[in-house]
Amino acid sequence: MTSPHAAVGTKPVREIGAPPAELNYLNVTHGIRSWLLTLDHKRIGVMYLVSTLSAFLLGGIFALLVRTEHLTAGKTIMGADFYNQSFTLHGAIMVFLFIIPSIPAAFGNFVLPIMLGAKDVAFPRLNLMSYYLWVTGALCAVISIATGGVDTGWTFYAPYSTSTSTSVIPMAMGVFILGFSSIFTGLNFIVTIHKLRPPGMTWFRMPLFLWAIYGTAILQVLATPVLGITVALLMVERAFGVGIFDPALGGDPVLFQHFFWFYSHPAVYIMILPAMGIISELVATFSHKHIFSYKFIAFSSIAIAILSFLVWGHHMFTSGQSALLGMIFSFITMLVAVPSAIKVFNWITTMYKGSVDLKTPMWYALIFIWVFSIGGLTGVFLGAMSIDVHLHDTYFVVAHFHYVMFGGTVMALLGGLHYWWPKMFGRMYNERISRVATTLVFIGFNLTFFTQFIMGSRGMPRRYFYYPEVYTPWHVASTIGSYIMASGFFLTAGYMIHSLFKGKKAPMNPWGGATLEWRCASPPPVENFATPPTVGDPYDFHQVEYDPESGSWRHKAIAT
Amino acid sequence: MIALLGKLFSHPLGQFAAKGKTFLLPAEKSTLAPGIDALFYFCYWISIFFFLLILGLLVGFLVKYRRRPGHEAQETIHHSTPLELVWSVIPLILMIAIFVMGFRGFLDLHTPPDNCYEIQANGQKWSWTFTYPNGYSDSELHAPVDVPVKLTLSSQDVIHSLYVPDFRIKRDVVPGRYTIAWFQATESGESPLYCAEYCGTGHSEMNTKVVIHEPGEFEKWLEKASDFIKTMPPEEAGKLVYQKRGCAQCHSIDGSPGIAPTFKGLFGKQEHLQSGTRTVDENYVRESILQPTAEVVVGFDPVMPTFQGRIKDPEIEVLISYLKTLK
Repeated sequence: MTSPHAAVGTKPVREIGAPPAELNYLNVTHGIRSWLLTLDHKRIGVMYLVSTLSAFLLGGIFALLVRTEHLTAGKTIMGADFYNQSFTLHGAIMVFLFIIPSIPAAFGNFVLPIMLGAKDVAFPRLNLMSYYLWVTGALCAVISIATGGVDTGWTFYAPYSTSTSTSVIPMAMGVFILGFSSIFTGLNFIVTIHKLRPPGMTWFRMPLFLWAIYGTAILQVLATPVLGITVALLMVERAFGVGIFDPALGGDPVLFQHFFWFYSHPAVYIMILPAMGIISELVATFSHKHIFSYKFIAFSSIAIAILSFLVWGHHMFTSGQSALLGMIFSFITMLVAVPSAIKVFNWITTMYKGSVDLKTPMWYALIFIWVFSIGGLTGVFLGAMSIDVHLHDTYFVVAHFHYVMFGGTVMALLGGLHYWWPKMFGRMYNERISRVATTLVFIGFNLTFFTQFIMGSRGMPRRYFYYPEVYTPWHVASTIGSYIMASGFFLTAGYMIHSLFKGKKAPMNPWGGATLEWRCASPPPVENFATPPTVGDPYDFHQVEYDPESGSWRHKAIAT
Repeated sequence: MIALLGKLFSHPLGQFAAKGKTFLLPAEKSTLAPGIDALFYFCYWISIFFFLLILGLLVGFLVKYRRRPGHEAQETIHHSTPLELVWSVIPLILMIAIFVMGFRGFLDLHTPPDNCYEIQANGQKWSWTFTYPNGYSDSELHAPVDVPVKLTLSSQDVIHSLYVPDFRIKRDVVPGRYTIAWFQATESGESPLYCAEYCGTGHSEMNTKVVIHEPGEFEKWLEKASDFIKTMPPEEAGKLVYQKRGCAQCHSIDGSPGIAPTFKGLFGKQEHLQSGTRTVDENYVRESILQPTAEVVVGFDPVMPTFQGRIKDPEIEVLISYLKTLK
């Protein structure tokens, strides 16, 4: 390994210890127009953050409606049709409007150029366009809800989706447009990472978050077009009766499933890879120790990205696809477990002999490792074909993907939110209240979803409005868990918003991070860096030391 | 609350049987269930081991290396290829072993033996129809114990999925093609049968039961059940048709509103159709069964599948007799 100090320039990059620049990206211009027409990646990132979290709230309300309905085995608060729409909208909003864009578009936009020492992403106008495509897609979803909702499940399986009387076309149109938003974001990040790295930042000196975003961007660009085509075909079939998926018109409904999962399985990794990137940053920074086996973590991101293209058929073991095809999909699915295991073990080894600072972001990283381990291990059950036949389309699957997608991605998102919040808004949140919220989220999450594993392996099918009464206690426990979790989220929203107005001013580097964003003021100035900084090893924590006077960590290369 | 907690640890299928039942899995009532469960528990113990390992290391490091006055991070190596290989290769070997066992189990589920008793299973929104070799159709799946039974699955409308947890079988029922499932029950008794693929409003009501008969009993049941139209008064036979053919899933007989118009007081009534009003008579009933979407009652969706070719005239006749009794 080369000396970590080799590439660190002797010239100061910025004045350290100076008060945060008076002019930053938040106060440089004023008025709603200056936000809506901004080309600044940081402002676009913040707009994405607010928008995707609003979608999270909306999707969460539908989730709570579904959970509340399940307090009793019969009808509790709604009818079967509204229930079917609620779980459909919960799924569609959470997947397409929230999880897929959340980490890449919100944190990727805000952090990626700064981590690269760049002034902005490669194509700022395309970036703003992606955002407005997101908004258009969201409007389509709202139109769909307003004109009767959708009851197909977020998977839009044909021929149900081509024959139901609900308003499928606006929702499919929304998904189509959101797909373009995702493709443009991915394209932008690929070019930015290739072309805008600062002097000294070779591929293997990139922070691991960037490797994760890079792997995600490849998936976004290559997989999303297939989803676009699939929903376009669905719309054509519904609108003009062209027989593609409906056997009554000469189509093949299993073809739809192949098309759909060709995108939607890689999409799971579009959701989880950036989350893993955040965890790599959090574990290293809060252990104050060099990340263990950088290259294995980086390559495992790419390995996951490649393998994820070849496993879509594991959603279809019971669908009637050939046993040979199923065998290949099952085998490759098992292989994905390996890079995931590599990541978990490397994060844990990073903590070894470190100095583990249990701030809120680190708590979320630890919760991530807990829930992701459970989510990953239960995935092994589902990857084994004979067990999957029993567990497929039961609550076991529901629990599994919530552990991975919600437990994984959302815990990492919350970790990242608490980690970069001081950088984004220049304010510190209340650490003590945030612990309370973290505890509520952790307990609530596990109560909500662990009970669903038990129901599922006992044979409770998913998407059931009425359910056999023997499952009532488990459903009640799950619903109570969801309320506890929701209270944790509302508490988080409360103290975060409070911190914007009353929070302590954040120093440049409150956590001791060694990546470039911590060498830039909080909040950053419009241009991020006056001159492109030179960089060394992003995980060399010898470079930073604590300065009790300012409450901030200082970069030695600048201090000397 | 205490009652709820007590129920939490009772078994969801407790009303049926108990052989092979564990905390996590329902009773094992087919020849293939024990093998699948063995693999399930193999994965389970591997998961427990790795989860405890991860948790142990996590908590251990957390306690030992937490930031506190006087504790500094120590320099260690940043990479160890042997270590990476250990935690790549061990999971890889385990995964391949699980894959092989899972695939073999899947092939067993996929390959019915040659000497199967064959039953046609048809899914429609939102009921099942099982047709036995003598042409008799029933809404319940009846089969003899210790005999391999092959189900040929077909769908009348959208995708459904036939799921019997006690047998560990599940197979999608796809329109436009046939799919196959098979089982060999190991004990007599009843088990629930669910639709596992979401299919709309009545999805969660699209369930019935599997009834496994003792040796010799199944044939007696089939003979008796097949003859009901000849042996019973038409009104009672009609009531059975109403139950067996899935009418009951959507059409109530007590006047309560449902997915479809209630049968109470239907016969002889003036019905408001999208094309105008019409009196409900014998022909109206017959057409509604054979061409259900030709004329739809105002306020309802055209979701009923056709029974053309699936229902015989004597069945329609007794059903009409039954409808006349529902004043």
